[in-house]
Amino acid sequence: MSAPDPHIPGEACLSCSSRFSQLRKLGLRVEESDYVIALAGNPNTGKTTVFNALTGLRMHTGNWPGKTISRAEGGFSYEGKNFKLVDLPGTYSLLSASPDEEVARTFLLFGQPDVTVIVVDATCMERNLNLALQVLQITRRAVLCLNLMDEARAHGIQVDVRNLARDLGIPVIPCAARSGEGVPELIREIAAMAKLVDALPPRRLPLEIPGLRLALDQTEADLTRCFPRLPQPRWVALRLLEGDREIMRAVRSGEIGTLNEPAGTPLTT
Amino acid sequence: MKSPEEVLKHAEELRWQLPQNLHDRIAESIHGEAARIAGRSITRRGGNRRLAWQQKLDRILTNPWTAFPIMVSVLGAILWITIVGANVPSAMLATLLVDQGHALLADWFVAAGAPAWLRGLVVDGMYLATAWVVAVMLPPMAIFFPCFTLLEDFGFLPRVAFNLDRIFQKAGAHGKQALTMAMGLGCNAAGVVATRIIDSPRERLIAILTNNFSLCNGRWPTQILMASVFIGTLAPKGWGSSIAALSVLLVALLGFGFALLTSWMLARTVLRGEATSFSLELPPYRPPNFWRTLYNSLIDRTLIVLWRAVVFALPAGAVIWLCANIPVGDASLAAWFIHLTDPLAWTMGLTGVILLAYIVAIPANEIVVPTILMLTVLVTGTSGGEGAGVMFEADNETVRAILTAGGWTTLTAVCLMLFSLCHNPCSTTLYTIYRETRSVKWTAVSALLPLVMGIALCAIVAAIWRFLA
Repeated sequence: MSAPDPHIPGEACLSCSSRFSQLRKLGLRVEESDYVIALAGNPNTGKTTVFNALTGLRMHTGNWPGKTISRAEGGFSYEGKNFKLVDLPGTYSLLSASPDEEVARTFLLFGQPDVTVIVVDATCMERNLNLALQVLQITRRAVLCLNLMDEARAHGIQVDVRNLARDLGIPVIPCAARSGEGVPELIREIAAMAKLVDALPPRRLPLEIPGLRLALDQTEADLTRCFPRLPQPRWVALRLLEGDREIMRAVRSGEIGTLNEPAGTPLTT
Repeated sequence: MKSPEEVLKHAEELRWQLPQNLHDRIAESIHGEAARIAGRSITRRGGNRRLAWQQKLDRILTNPWTAFPIMVSVLGAILWITIVGANVPSAMLATLLVDQGHALLADWFVAAGAPAWLRGLVVDGMYLATAWVVAVMLPPMAIFFPCFTLLEDFGFLPRVAFNLDRIFQKAGAHGKQALTMAMGLGCNAAGVVATRIIDSPRERLIAILTNNFSLCNGRWPTQILMASVFIGTLAPKGWGSSIAALSVLLVALLGFGFALLTSWMLARTVLRGEATSFSLELPPYRPPNFWRTLYNSLIDRTLIVLWRAVVFALPAGAVIWLCANIPVGDASLAAWFIHLTDPLAWTMGLTGVILLAYIVAIPANEIVVPTILMLTVLVTGTSGGEGAGVMFEADNETVRAILTAGGWTTLTAVCLMLFSLCHNPCSTTLYTIYRETRSVKWTAVSALLPLVMGIALCAIVAAIWRFLA
């Protein structure tokens, strides 16, 4: 008997969950999913490339902000669980509106995905983290996908991943979705986050604005009494205090209570 | 329990106790936090050569003096590559599918003892239309789409939008209309959906109504074939492809001009308003993933579009054959229609056959050229070989021979190129426009506006041409 050939992966390697072996790309078959995963991020950070890498689909990608205009859905299966992945149009913030961004915002706020994958462009983190922080105000069931790491390296940018993960309070996975780098790790973290039973409290911003906290608490309480099933009452409360006309209209008409099922926004003239 | 009105009223009261610039302060505190976190985890090292050449390239591609010549020549180069590259495979496909495939299929039907009408309907109608569609469409699309997608992946499109923003702004339209028009170069229905990136409903409607002026993939082959067969042959030897590419480029630029003109007219009349400003991020140049792009655009775009063309060509082929063979009085249905519309068509520099082809081809522009060829052969009785509806040697010279026998001149080709640019969108696009606008009125406008413009344009060009000749 000779020693096992070091170049042939052993049984332990093949069954190790860190490899792709547990992944089945389901393409468009998303009927029976155990978890819903949303892909959010600034425009042109490669959300669709990540989506394609996970689902095996070939949605069109393009190097310009605004390529994805409506949400696309696909699926993958990992360790026996089916995941439905929703690719959203890019959005800079959850605080303003254009029809394509609206799709993303409504889904993130009211579609209640099990896990939100925040796709971030590693070459311009500062601006991208703006949205990440806003998403974390809503949910901490999130994973940060630090995409375009290949480009960041070419630009001489180094990211201290562990430090970043600690600061944000969520897992951070460096990726280059274009070449598949980091994708197995991303899938593992998504699955782990989806199975997490404990409720993680949303990450609160240090909003040191006089009187804001009290006003928010009161408005949030009002909203919960009026619309008991409203997801994200605190966010809606903040929008009301800021005087967002669209949200005020939705509250007045009671529409805000039915936003869980976002539909396409037809153009009205 | 509180009523929504009470919730709003309470929030209103609370708002007065909060700082006036609440929105800005919240945005500021989020931004500050983001900057702090990023600062703690990111280190930059050394000079950045990649950024330096990107900036240099951006200076060239966004400077009006250099940008416009570069943009036009890039489009011209793609067209030239398409025309030169598509010539040989097109002829090969035509020989294989139209000549040999058709003869083979006809023999089988004869051997199987099928009745003549069935053989006509299936072989001379449905099969032939489909074979022509594949031969005419596949090679140019297989070259044009990957080239275009590579440019898109590289980051060229946002620069085009950036450069054109000022012009669109002056026309009272939205700068992002340049992006939606670029999408329209692939497919107008996709271009119409892409207008969702425009926030203002007024400017979005303008973008929807003018998207049809971007030549779509169903019309590129028509342009390329007409240019190669009629205009390229006017040029001295060796210059044919370049002149053909140039003429297609001119038509595409004319379409861009029409889009601007129409936008300007709409913004001055029924859709009055100020152009809104917007911010557009110029993404970094990224090296396109060459092989994957090639594979994706072949499989996804080319084959899907081709499939659509084939699906429409099969019934269209049957319709064409029936039109040409159902007798009404002493002539066929098609002959009657062509005879009746010939005077109008003559005024537009076209022929009745072309008008009939455009009616048959409302579902898909892809089948215009095959329809014209088949109708010409079936109705005028010209053919390169035996019997009506059978064509041999389907290369550019044969196409030219068939069409010349059908009464075509260079004027007919020029007017067809113009009419192909400027006529009603296909039914898929119209349906998409209806779905996006939810308005029968605007859908009707989007169909009639270019049609009326096209008829007028062709009539003017034909009149001037005949006056000069």
